[in-house]
Amino acid sequence: MSAIAAVNDLVIRFANVNGTGSASANGLFAKACFRMGIPVTPKNVFPSNIQGLPTWYEVRVSEQGYLGRREGIDFIVCMNGQSLAEDIASVRSGGYVLYDNSKPLDLRLERSDVNFIGIPLAAICREEYPDLRRRQLMKNVIYIGALAALLDIEFEVLKDLIGDQFRGKDKLIAPNIHALEMGYRYAHEHFDCPLALRLERRDLVGDKIMLEGNVALGIGSVYAGATVVGWYPITPSTSVIDAFEKYANRLRIDAGSGEKKFAIAQAEDELAAMGIVIGASWNGARAFTATSGPGVSLMSEFLGLAYFAEVPVVLFNIQRAGPSTGMPTRTQQSDIFACAYASHGDTKQLLLFPEDPRECFDMAAESFDLAERLQTPVIVMSDLDLGMNEFLCEPLVWDDERQYDRGKVFNQQQLEEMSEKFGRYRDSDGDGIPYRTYPGTHPDKGAFFTRGTSRDPYAVYTEKSEVYVDNMERLLRKWESAKQLVPEPQLYQPDNASEYGLLFFGTSTASCLEARDLLQADGFALDCLRVRAFPFNQTIEQFIADHRQVFVVEQNRDGQLRKLLVGECDIDPKKLISVPLYDGMPITARQVIDHITATTRSAVVTPLRQQPARG
Amino acid sequence: MSYAKSTFRHPSLQPNQLGYDKRAYEGALSTLCAGCGHDSVGAAIVQACFEANIEPHKVAKISGIGCSSKTPAYFLGKSHGFNSVHGRMPSVATGANMANRDMIYLGVSGDGDTASIGFGQFAHVNRRNLNMLYLVENNGCYGLTKGQDSATTDVGSVSKKGQANPFTAIDLCATALEMGATFVARSFSGDKAQLVPLIKAALRHPGFAFIDVLSPCVTFNNTTTSTKSYDYVRDHVAATGAIDVIPMQQEITTDYQPGSSHEVTLHDGSVVHLYKGDVDLDVTCKVSAQEAIRRHQLEGAVLTGLLYMDPQSRDFHQMINSVKGPLRDLDEAALCPGQKALDAINASFR
Repeated sequence: MSAIAAVNDLVIRFANVNGTGSASANGLFAKACFRMGIPVTPKNVFPSNIQGLPTWYEVRVSEQGYLGRREGIDFIVCMNGQSLAEDIASVRSGGYVLYDNSKPLDLRLERSDVNFIGIPLAAICREEYPDLRRRQLMKNVIYIGALAALLDIEFEVLKDLIGDQFRGKDKLIAPNIHALEMGYRYAHEHFDCPLALRLERRDLVGDKIMLEGNVALGIGSVYAGATVVGWYPITPSTSVIDAFEKYANRLRIDAGSGEKKFAIAQAEDELAAMGIVIGASWNGARAFTATSGPGVSLMSEFLGLAYFAEVPVVLFNIQRAGPSTGMPTRTQQSDIFACAYASHGDTKQLLLFPEDPRECFDMAAESFDLAERLQTPVIVMSDLDLGMNEFLCEPLVWDDERQYDRGKVFNQQQLEEMSEKFGRYRDSDGDGIPYRTYPGTHPDKGAFFTRGTSRDPYAVYTEKSEVYVDNMERLLRKWESAKQLVPEPQLYQPDNASEYGLLFFGTSTASCLEARDLLQADGFALDCLRVRAFPFNQTIEQFIADHRQVFVVEQNRDGQLRKLLVGECDIDPKKLISVPLYDGMPITARQVIDHITATTRSAVVTPLRQQPARG
Repeated sequence: MSYAKSTFRHPSLQPNQLGYDKRAYEGALSTLCAGCGHDSVGAAIVQACFEANIEPHKVAKISGIGCSSKTPAYFLGKSHGFNSVHGRMPSVATGANMANRDMIYLGVSGDGDTASIGFGQFAHVNRRNLNMLYLVENNGCYGLTKGQDSATTDVGSVSKKGQANPFTAIDLCATALEMGATFVARSFSGDKAQLVPLIKAALRHPGFAFIDVLSPCVTFNNTTTSTKSYDYVRDHVAATGAIDVIPMQQEITTDYQPGSSHEVTLHDGSVVHLYKGDVDLDVTCKVSAQEAIRRHQLEGAVLTGLLYMDPQSRDFHQMINSVKGPLRDLDEAALCPGQKALDAINASFR
């Protein structure tokens, strides 16, 4: 029988039952690869459920450093009877199936083209542990021990990880290591270890770190000086707030009094969460909230108010598959329209698109500066994949000299020295950005009435058409100013090398760059650009202008970013070819290649020479 | 309405202890209908802030949408104001208060804004015991959209539209008591003598103070068949008794006879004197207040005055243990942990 042979290049999938404690054991596997210096990408595929439904954890190990998801499961750990048939069927020919053979496998599930590795996990646990919960938990640790032998994971690395995981609960360390050893020993005694598919120590991760994007957003908000949070629980955004609270509790407690230098309100709904952010920002604090699609819909009215009344807002949108409740535990980039033009009337909202946790941290900090500088909402467009999965990325960096940009705010002294009347919405600098004052600043000067209705430059209500239009035009000038301030797109080549471009953003990045490499190897060159912000600046328009055709990869059905580019940059729609990958799973290079190949075959562009090799 | 605001001030008008005359507490010219109850409420707010020696710019006025929510433009012109979106004043006020606990927050809302579209937010701002005065100008109808019944319209009440309201009315004071308000009062825009001291006491109360002010809509709901008309309210009012607020260390000088009053001491040492009326009510007892409201309702009377106050009130900031001063005043040094702490955080992710 054939057996897949590879070193440091594999996809392993763990099939578990939700709520059985598998997550921390599976996390050990990914972290062990990382500590052996090998690039690794874990993805959680979990149900909208607390206990009982199937859940999968998929890990790609790639010595070449490709961090996107990859099709083709080389190894599956089957720990869920409900999904067993599906799981066994999902393995590539020549792959491996680790299963619990305490009871014999249903003959109908057998495959002659894969390698079955039976370990009597339930029987071992029954013998070893008297209580049921322990049996369930330890089973997970035992199969990790078996994998250590089968795939050649350094046992010391696993032992260290157990030590880290149970620091402070030291009496759990020895039993967990014992469980690892049982699995390790069993595998060694019953199989030829290691398999032809295995791991080997490398030095490829340097000082990189592994964390979830949501955690990075939370830490970034602590560093950015956010003090007020209003929020409402919704998957997959909740862990942003959890992280902020955790790190603020650690780093933002007044040493003398023990009091908190931050305030968090769990609101009654997303409307209130956004109202809290607006009220706090209006009153001079840095405030934020985090939500996902349904929350964005609810916040829309308030986002329009913040746009029009010019109040800073920082919103982290951890996108999930829509529409409506959609697939709440699957990923997508499908809130582009809902956010870019959030609210009724003519509105435009600033969007930032992070690609990894490091950029989540940077953009969290930047979003507060931008929101206050431009006095407008800034929406950071993360997604479930980035938010809830650990990503390998560069370490977080903060410049200790950095000052927060609090924007144009007149203080007490400036108001005191002012001879002319304060005009809240006067464009005195010509950049469309007016000056504001915080409530309570000065006894006689600087007070104004903030409202969602039309008003004149002095914040006085008006229904005069020309005054209304002047204000709307000023908001457009401010939008132009924003183009100079938002992050530049990332280009991946010194000069254009092709007539074809590949444009993407956020979590599509890793798979798009892998697709580019594979297509390149096959003789089809693509220039790449990663969009990092809306409004789009000149570099993006130039990139599109410089290419005959540009493929736009995005994780939604309707090509929302493509349409935004067409509309905002006045581009010929035929020039931009949509690559919509929106099934809710993190995208793969293969999917990108297949779409591009199919498009080129249909003769819109020059046909490719041939299908590239497996990605 | 008139088209110009008179700048004339009586020469004998005395400034308050801070040196502000009453004009410093006024706002822009009202654009409400002549005779609107809301303008009387605005005048009472001006009077209360003046008498309470509040610095005008230390007040933040926040409102939602509707006739009532427009009124913050017509008083306290030296204060920042925020006319937000319909029914959402409580959340904006919550955020504002979280940012700076050292200011006075005055929320103004209406019965549509509070009892319908904003009912959820109203409930939850009570629960937080946010340190603010939440004042409803309650006229039992939607004025700006021309007189539809609201959720506080009494069953059987007939407005200018001519249809008797078949739906149960929401009693906002009873709701506030249930949801956790620590100061609850009802008043009538036509009774400034009662309303002004209530506002003064509410502004001083360290927690969520709610005043439901019956404020007739002269255009759509001042009919002989309405239960929110001037005449109806005047004829059916029963008061809990007058109150007086004595700031800390100020000598008590009142016209009332000693022994006829009940004292409630606030955290800062100020004293609220409640002069007993005919109503049997213990204002520090929630159950007593709920019972009194219900009893008067059944008798067809509108119970006004101070209904409940909790002298042990702990506001939102105390509940969440945030620092004493305004969060908005904290700078990089206080807020940003720096690269050294980040090195340790990075290490924990390896």
